[in-house]
Amino acid sequence: MDDTGSVVAFWALAVLTVGSALGAAAVRDLVRSVVCLVATFVGVAGFFVLLSADFLAVAQVLIYAGAISVLMVFAIMLTPRAERNNAETFFRWPALAIALSLLGTIAAVALTTDWATTGQGFEETASVIGNALLSTYVLPFEIASVLLLAAMVGAILLVQED
Amino acid sequence: MSVNLEHFLVLSAILFAIGLFMVLSKRNVVSILIGIELLFNAVNVTFAAFARFVDSETALAGQVFVIFVITVAAAEAAIALALAMLIYRNRGTIDIDEINLLKW
Amino acid sequence: MEHLLAEWYDIRDLGNAVGHFLTWVDDRGGPSWLPYFVSGIIGVVAILLWAVLSQLGFVWIERRLIGRIQVRLGPNRVGPFGLLQPLADALKVLTKEMITPANVDRLLFWGAPAVVVMPALVVFAVLPFGEHMQLTDLSVGLLFVIAVGSVNSLIVFTAGWSSSNKYSLLGAMRTIAMLISYELIQVLALLAVAVYTNTMRMGGVVAWQDHYNVWLIFLQPLPVFAYALAGAVEINRTPTDIAEAESEIVAGYHTEYGGIRWGMFQVAEYIAGFAIAAIVATVYLGGWTLFGLEEWVPGWLIFLGKVYTYFFLFIWLRGTLPRLRIDQLMGFAWKYLLPLMLVNILVSGFEVLIWQEKDLSAGVVLPIFAIVNAGLTVAMMVGWARVMGHTGSIGEPRRAQLISDVGGVYYEPLPGGRA
Repeated sequence: MDDTGSVVAFWALAVLTVGSALGAAAVRDLVRSVVCLVATFVGVAGFFVLLSADFLAVAQVLIYAGAISVLMVFAIMLTPRAERNNAETFFRWPALAIALSLLGTIAAVALTTDWATTGQGFEETASVIGNALLSTYVLPFEIASVLLLAAMVGAILLVQED
Repeated sequence: MSVNLEHFLVLSAILFAIGLFMVLSKRNVVSILIGIELLFNAVNVTFAAFARFVDSETALAGQVFVIFVITVAAAEAAIALALAMLIYRNRGTIDIDEINLLKW
Repeated sequence: MEHLLAEWYDIRDLGNAVGHFLTWVDDRGGPSWLPYFVSGIIGVVAILLWAVLSQLGFVWIERRLIGRIQVRLGPNRVGPFGLLQPLADALKVLTKEMITPANVDRLLFWGAPAVVVMPALVVFAVLPFGEHMQLTDLSVGLLFVIAVGSVNSLIVFTAGWSSSNKYSLLGAMRTIAMLISYELIQVLALLAVAVYTNTMRMGGVVAWQDHYNVWLIFLQPLPVFAYALAGAVEINRTPTDIAEAESEIVAGYHTEYGGIRWGMFQVAEYIAGFAIAAIVATVYLGGWTLFGLEEWVPGWLIFLGKVYTYFFLFIWLRGTLPRLRIDQLMGFAWKYLLPLMLVNILVSGFEVLIWQEKDLSAGVVLPIFAIVNAGLTVAMMVGWARVMGHTGSIGEPRRAQLISDVGGVYYEPLPGGRA
């Protein structure tokens, strides 16, 4: 991808996404952290559009920014007001060291490997994904639906008050 | 100037590192869950980048994996937040420094 | 009649004029992305102008119509027949004082009304106003519409939460509960459309309806009703304006907002109403086509006519029906509409399968499907309501039924007349 539009879009989205992720890690208030997380989700949806994954971009906005963030906000509402802070425990400097070393390792591997890239885009991905889900990946598809059922039943059962 | 696979991989590595930092070091249970969601998103970007740039045996295998990751992440977020509410109900706090019954 | 096609003065499709202007811009030289950029700007400005002007006009139309439905005069003081009332409203909203309470979360409190109009306007980017009058023809247009609407719930919740007012928080929580319930119904309704048309592009759906010369409202009566109700819930409009119920929780999530901030919430509600009407007009009512009439009448006029007719239905419902309760609304979505929508998708899938496998001709098969679907809709709605326990008594409900509906206990009066 070497046209101007893609490059500008990539760097703008990268600034938005990484900035929002850093904001989610650094702000003191928990609800503002969730708002930064929603901005990260929208940035990742933009990356999906850049990678010619149109169906995934829309699914990302619909599920992550529309439903999972609402779930997090509800969970924050049902927990005490005094504990809505985003502070770190005593483990912050070792955690930073671990995270940075992992980042260095992955970046080194990514930059020095000779990937077998082809570099073509696609047109309509929804029908191809649908065909793959029902032919090659039908077993994980069925297991995913059973997993969702178990998660729904489990969540309701866990928070019942009786 | 062009944008290749390496750019996307380094970007998702940065997101993964930020998510890992949040999971390892935050005091609030919901903050840890926010970190876990960042981990999932970084992995999704990696899969989608590979689906775009590298050929696979079945077409768009990377994007099918992203669908599965999004599904599992939704299920996991529901259960994790139910557990967070249950922790608050039983222990009165969601500070993980206080929930250390299994400590040596 | 001589048909003038693709000339810039052919107003039946304003995209022709824009296309000729873009060719002129391209011939002037300059970077290769300039025509694309200019076309984007023209589309955005046109949509913004149309949305705002329609909203101004419909403020007057709605208040006069609701007044007429409720046997009273609407606004009639400001200008002849009250025609300058929207202008007076806009002036009042612009000049009112914007009070910010002391312990609100400033960033979220100021940010929420600034972005609340955004989802409603972005939806118009995929809707075709005419054949070449679509800002972008996304290949996942149907799902895009729902995804953008689901972001709206988060913005409304942020507005309610950051007000540090328990009534606003109550309104915000109610809104989110309603919106989550009806988002699923919206997805299932539009999915039934995608089963028939085999495409998720909005332009493709309109082309399918034009090709088979049928409107999808005839083939899918239940999803139309479900999507209309889900749309009214999404934009917090009576009879489902529970989140801003004026008689219950002061003004719900926009209690603490004054001046232009409140004005932004109202503008967002109206423009979202137009968006829902435009989606129904595109997907179920045939978009800019009218069984071939679009060769003489401009397509965008037909489309606007359908949008305004559907919005008139919203105004009618607002003037007539009382407000629903939140548990009634959510019970209706989860216990009644969801099973019916799932059965509808199953039946639609069977019908399309029979049609494709047997390779039948559309003129024979589609009327049969329409009649079968209509009969099945009526049977399912009445039957499932009976199963859920509503006996459907015609006329005034008896006092015993009313009392037990709100959860009370009804004692039979003792013989002799004493209660």
